[in-house]
Amino acid sequence: MATTATLHSHAPQGFIRKYIFSLDHKVIGLQYFFLALTAVWVGMFLSLLMRIHLVWPTASLPLVGEIRPEMYLSLLTMHGTIMVFFVLTTAPQGGFGNYFLPIQIGAPDMAFPVLNMLSFWTTFVGFVLILAAFFVSGGAPLHGWTGYPPLSAVQSAGPGEGLGADLWIASIAIFCIASLMGALNFITTTLDLRAKGMTLMRMPLTVWSWFITAILGLLAFGVLLSAGILLLMDRNLGTSFYVPLIVVNGQILGHKGGSPLLWQHLFWFFGHPEVYIAILPGMGVTSQVLSTFSRKPIFGYKAMVYAMLSIGFLGFMVWGHHMFMSGMSPYSAFAFSLLTMCIGVPSAIKTFNWLGTMWKGRIRFYTPMLFAIGFVSLFVSGGLSGPFLAQPVLDIQLHDTYFVVGHFHLIMGVAAIFGIFAATYYWFPKMFGRMMNEGLGKAHFWLTFIGTYAIFMPMHYLGMAGGTRRYSQYTEVAYLQKLMPIHSFMTYAAIITIASQFIFVINLFWSMFKGPKASDNPWESTTLEWTTATPPPHDNFGGRTPVVNHGPYEYGVPGTAKGFIMQNDPASTPAH
Amino acid sequence: MGFALLVIIWLITFGSAYFFIAKTWWLPVGAAAAAHWIDGQFALTYVLMGIVFFAAQLSLGYIVCKYRERPSSGPVEYSHGNTTLEVVWTILTAVLFVGLNLMGSSVWASQRFDPAQPGAVPVEVTGMQFAWYFRYPGPDGKYGATSVKLMDPSAGGEAAVGLDTSDPAAKDDVVTGTMFLPVNREVDLSMRSVDVIHSFFVPSLRFKQDAVPGLNIHMHFTPNQIGDYEIACAELCGLGHYKMHGMVKVVSQEDFDKWLAAREAEKQ
Repeated sequence: MATTATLHSHAPQGFIRKYIFSLDHKVIGLQYFFLALTAVWVGMFLSLLMRIHLVWPTASLPLVGEIRPEMYLSLLTMHGTIMVFFVLTTAPQGGFGNYFLPIQIGAPDMAFPVLNMLSFWTTFVGFVLILAAFFVSGGAPLHGWTGYPPLSAVQSAGPGEGLGADLWIASIAIFCIASLMGALNFITTTLDLRAKGMTLMRMPLTVWSWFITAILGLLAFGVLLSAGILLLMDRNLGTSFYVPLIVVNGQILGHKGGSPLLWQHLFWFFGHPEVYIAILPGMGVTSQVLSTFSRKPIFGYKAMVYAMLSIGFLGFMVWGHHMFMSGMSPYSAFAFSLLTMCIGVPSAIKTFNWLGTMWKGRIRFYTPMLFAIGFVSLFVSGGLSGPFLAQPVLDIQLHDTYFVVGHFHLIMGVAAIFGIFAATYYWFPKMFGRMMNEGLGKAHFWLTFIGTYAIFMPMHYLGMAGGTRRYSQYTEVAYLQKLMPIHSFMTYAAIITIASQFIFVINLFWSMFKGPKASDNPWESTTLEWTTATPPPHDNFGGRTPVVNHGPYEYGVPGTAKGFIMQNDPASTPAH
Repeated sequence: MGFALLVIIWLITFGSAYFFIAKTWWLPVGAAAAAHWIDGQFALTYVLMGIVFFAAQLSLGYIVCKYRERPSSGPVEYSHGNTTLEVVWTILTAVLFVGLNLMGSSVWASQRFDPAQPGAVPVEVTGMQFAWYFRYPGPDGKYGATSVKLMDPSAGGEAAVGLDTSDPAAKDDVVTGTMFLPVNREVDLSMRSVDVIHSFFVPSLRFKQDAVPGLNIHMHFTPNQIGDYEIACAELCGLGHYKMHGMVKVVSQEDFDKWLAAREAEKQ
């Protein structure tokens, strides 16, 4: 297309077209990245308030005053929603995926640049709406990020269930629309814009992970969008999709015959694939980084691809494992449990292959590598509590306790965050043309790695002892009072870990302007983004079109001068 | 750096495992018949996952230390993987995970597939923001009708669940805020909620089930030790969620009969 060609060859002039309403996937990637960075500080601050309230319930805090139980519930609702949507979905896919997918496949941009810009700005509107929920009368909703009706469907069910809850649903619905646009773009770009020679089986595992994530997003977000619209109708138009005849505060409400479980089915049909949307890009970047810094080809490339595909496929058939205690048929629990256990198999294959990649390598401990190693450790720790929760019979004890909170924070919360950190430290030189400070990076890693375990491992002990989640205080139930020492320990660990994130931000912004200049390929990586200038020009490859002759991870190749082969090196270079 | 990683990863592994092995915090002592089976399946899962946890974390620490880049490092092994190994560990993990699942399934089936035995003690559990009510059908063995129009939570007792006193079957129904159960007899629960979703969780009795508005869910369990056991609501139900607690008092059959007779007498 002539217009597209013009677009790519001439970088737009003027601040607004260049940095605000940009069509350049790299600028849009950075916009997503900084949106997620803002969101993660908001989400983290909320968790800090929660941790403080749990241990010092009557403390008066600057800015927020004393936290009331209902405010605690608003904090947890907003923490979960902001983190899941605007951080774990936004940074790895919208941020790094946008920036590097086109470059890694040798394309000049995304397939639909305008759609790309729209999807970012739609996400931005969603973010503004969710923040607005804090400031409306009644405050933010208290129904948790899962928003189970009738609590979420009835305005009188609690504080925050008025306008705050409507904004919350609207924000999520808008986020769904943005993600659908993004998913279409990622899928089309991967299928249609690969450079000559970039066969599917030569794509970096990062590209595979973004591609599969986009497919999951396309299938999952539409369902959540519809579910959210039905919930808005129940709340405002008097429909009864989710609400049967109920009495709230002594008042009989006008609903009849709705099913609260319908929401749970729809929500988790989205919700379970969503955890893979959060973690798959982390798996991709971990594979990329482990191979690069071990100076060895990835162990079992095809197995890694098939494992991600099967995780994505199975991910759509396990949603019922969130509902074992919900009143769903106990027979279906049997099937959901079996399929959930099956997901453990490709997850285990990935772990084996990561260990196999480092085995007999020559490991260079730069900061991205440390975070990738941390990812593997957290993925194992978080993953192994999965088979407990996948068994309905153990969920009788563990469901809705801190055991679950510990599990999902380790595996799809901080493991995914470690993936984001690994990606940031790894690609920062390419994105900003400068190197990050290694000393600060390592300090950040050690404090975060140890701190993460100190916060989330004790949650498993708490959960086994019956420690229920979403309790603003443990003061009202005698057996819970005895568990307070664990809460205190976690709060101290959280304060230290959160404080150490300042090291990251200082390093990030200081290096952006003052870091030493980066070469085009500082890590001696092999994928296409390292073959172009730093930072990449507007059309990514400065007018040339890369031709790919090799697989993505040709490290430690015998008989080569530099020990590795770039993907676009001439075909005559010895490989395989 | 490789050695530091080994030390930290191993320390985290042993440190985490210490509290699991020392059982510093553990499941509360089980006081129901199913506890034996549930705890058994928990222990089995815990031992198997513990072995995998140790194997994976210790090898991760070992590998990053052993294969750190040193001046003396030889060339890396140029290898794209090993299909035989992939097949072996795929099969092993599949057998482990699916086997574990199948072993747990029989316990689940025994708890949830069949209804309570005839002769079980019928109790209706009603959840509402933020209290639990328990209804006993009385000598006639039949629950009387209830109506949302008659519900008056502020009045407590029978009025709280909206008991329709004009129904003859309702005359002998007893509603309480504390659950009394006779020991070693199966309990046939009917669970409902009047407003939002609540979850009836009694850790010591190894029992948890959501109470869902619009549904009447039947469950059963058998307490087998006399004692008082705390109920904690396990589904977020609003601002008072954290204080929606209650008590199950498991007593001898004799004490249970006496208690129920006294409540019946109070009603007359």
